Amino acid sequence: MSKILIRGARVLGGEAQDVLIDGETIAGVGTDLPAGDATVVEAEGRILLPGLVDLHTHLREPGREDSETVLTGTRAAASGGFTAVFAMANTFPVADTAGVVEQVYRLGQEHGYCDVQPIGAVTVGLEGRKLAELGAMHESAAGVTVFSDDGKCVDDAVIMRRALEYVKAFGGVVAQHAQEPRLTEGAQMNEGVVSAELGLGGWPAVAEESIIARDVLLAEHVGSRVHICHLSTAGSVEIVRWAKSRGIDVTAEVTPHHLLLTDELVRSYNPVYKVNPPLRTERDVMALREALADGTIDIVATDHAPHPHEDKDCEWAAAAMGMVGLETALSVVQHTMVDTGLLDWAGVADRMSFAPARIGRATGHGRPVSAGEPANLTLVDPAYRGAVDPAGFASRSRNTPYEGRELPGRVTHTFLRGRATLMDGKLA
Amino acid sequence: MMRHLISAADLTRDDAVLILDTAEEMARVADRPIKKLPTLRGRTVVNLFFEDSTRTRISFEAAEKRLSADVINFSAKGSSVSKGESLKDTAQTLEAMGVDAVVIRHGASGAPYRLATSGWIDAVVINAGDGTHQHPTQALLDAFTMRRRLVGRDAGLGQDLAGKRITIVGDVLHSRVARSNVDLLHTLGAEVTLVAPPTLVPVGVGNWPCEVSYDLDSTLPKSDAVMMLRVQRERMNAAFFPTEREYSRRYGLDGDRMAKMPEHAVVMHPGPMVRGMEITAEVADSGRCTVVEQVANGVSIRMAVLYLLLGGNESAVAHTRTEEK
Repeated sequence: MSKILIRGARVLGGEAQDVLIDGETIAGVGTDLPAGDATVVEAEGRILLPGLVDLHTHLREPGREDSETVLTGTRAAASGGFTAVFAMANTFPVADTAGVVEQVYRLGQEHGYCDVQPIGAVTVGLEGRKLAELGAMHESAAGVTVFSDDGKCVDDAVIMRRALEYVKAFGGVVAQHAQEPRLTEGAQMNEGVVSAELGLGGWPAVAEESIIARDVLLAEHVGSRVHICHLSTAGSVEIVRWAKSRGIDVTAEVTPHHLLLTDELVRSYNPVYKVNPPLRTERDVMALREALADGTIDIVATDHAPHPHEDKDCEWAAAAMGMVGLETALSVVQHTMVDTGLLDWAGVADRMSFAPARIGRATGHGRPVSAGEPANLTLVDPAYRGAVDPAGFASRSRNTPYEGRELPGRVTHTFLRGRATLMDGKLA
Repeated sequence: MMRHLISAADLTRDDAVLILDTAEEMARVADRPIKKLPTLRGRTVVNLFFEDSTRTRISFEAAEKRLSADVINFSAKGSSVSKGESLKDTAQTLEAMGVDAVVIRHGASGAPYRLATSGWIDAVVINAGDGTHQHPTQALLDAFTMRRRLVGRDAGLGQDLAGKRITIVGDVLHSRVARSNVDLLHTLGAEVTLVAPPTLVPVGVGNWPCEVSYDLDSTLPKSDAVMMLRVQRERMNAAFFPTEREYSRRYGLDGDRMAKMPEHAVVMHPGPMVRGMEITAEVADSGRCTVVEQVANGVSIRMAVLYLLLGGNESAVAHTRTEEK
């Protein structure tokens, strides 16, 4: 088995240490470890993190291989420092049966860039009417534990209640895309000052907040845990904070773009800024950063949503919603949370690896950087500064809102069970 | 002047007054036996209409023809657009045929802005109404009508609408006419009040440079012009108001209400009117209602806009006088 010595990296942002990888495992962490026959990675000034885990990725396969495949998506993940991604269920066909989730899982294993943990649909066809065979998906080779109709809200209160209850039998969790459908008919952007001026249909904050309020109360009532996808408003933060103070078992995620971008950008009518939930206001952005720092929001998840060029090169109303995010996530988090002093690197390790792995029950991921643990690791150069160039993306799609924007930090190495999937910034 | 006309908010006071003054020059052409200027001879203008709008399209077409432009009418219905062609491809196809200006009407807010700023085409873009966003030539023709009626045809030249009190009544939420008018009237120094049921006022209206009232009767005596917006009957199905009759009672303009307006005040409507809904026949057919004038003025305003965006540096007046010799 091959050995790799990462020399002089600041583990979780702490003191410089050497980390020796032997085969699939971390063999030792210390100072002045002998290199022996190991390949040496000089990592002075770099930050070593546990491999990042994304609880919210759209890999698009099966069905929309023109925008992303499991191969291109996991290469993008490895480029961004991820060693595990949770693939959302809104594919064609929908991942609502054991067959589909096993296919996606196996593709991930075959390609080997990143572990792919499929998410199962809560309801058949994401239609919100009939529970999918959640138990069968859990018992399949894919071992599904996270269920979501993401892209659509499980808006029927009875279906949501039953799903929350049912998955308790095998430790599952329902990840809710909180969007009251009637309040968001024809919605194109955040409802507020900017939508009033631009004449674009409003997506009011209350459409998210009312569902979150209902779902935390349902989770309390039936004694289940619930996860909130891409929380985007200051009001949602208040509800989750209140729920946690009551002891309700709720976890929540925020996307990198909601930590940085606001609805002012929509004034360009450039659909690269069209996303669901929509970009909100500066006040929301600040509340989300604060909530991620104090732990009210548990994790960062990318909601990586690839779309082909033609679906964005058009008028706003005709454009698809979503942004790619895997390859810029860590840079945006460094920019918005670390460089602002809100979160240290140990905090980043928690929000982007430990906590998402725990919520999704991703075995072998989100583990401490210490001897005997699986060697899932990400090495970051925090001093790097550079403009985002989508032409260099490993993703098949280029719909990033950051093109040309200077962002800090760069993932130089990613190790998946001891094997470099990214080496000196290049995919293996 | 700017290169395109996308939003009334982009116009400075001086731009707007120049357009209004130029439109007065253009209006004189309409009074002549031969209503034609050679200004845009050899230039091609396409009317690219993705939404049905016979009146606006005909108004632009009349303006273009009076300026001697070559006119192409493109209606999205029955075209390749209905077969899935993108806005970008449609626009590039037209430009490849040598179009100098695109007059676009589109159901999606921001479509003209995209057309003008995405590097798809080089032609001048004139917004003829986009979604619930803007309809700048409508706002200009409304301002033109107000200036003529409230300041005077000759006295108004070079003037704005400083101090005039304008009330806009109806479905503000879904109205590009209301948005354009608020922007332009504010730029021209007028004081604007929007009147509507709260359901038909957008969230975020607080940042608009105008007042908002839910009570029509108290606003009428303080109005120099009252602009009634069309209210589509379908809106009541989405619970914006309970019934057509209740809407009419609370927000419709009838003879009794019109009597509460100052004597000099005018009633305006961008058309098409829904008689019996937002306006009664008595008001619509009265001498205080400017709806027919607005249509005539629309041609003059569109001539002025086309001339200023496409005509180059020579003044329209010079052309007019050359013709007269």
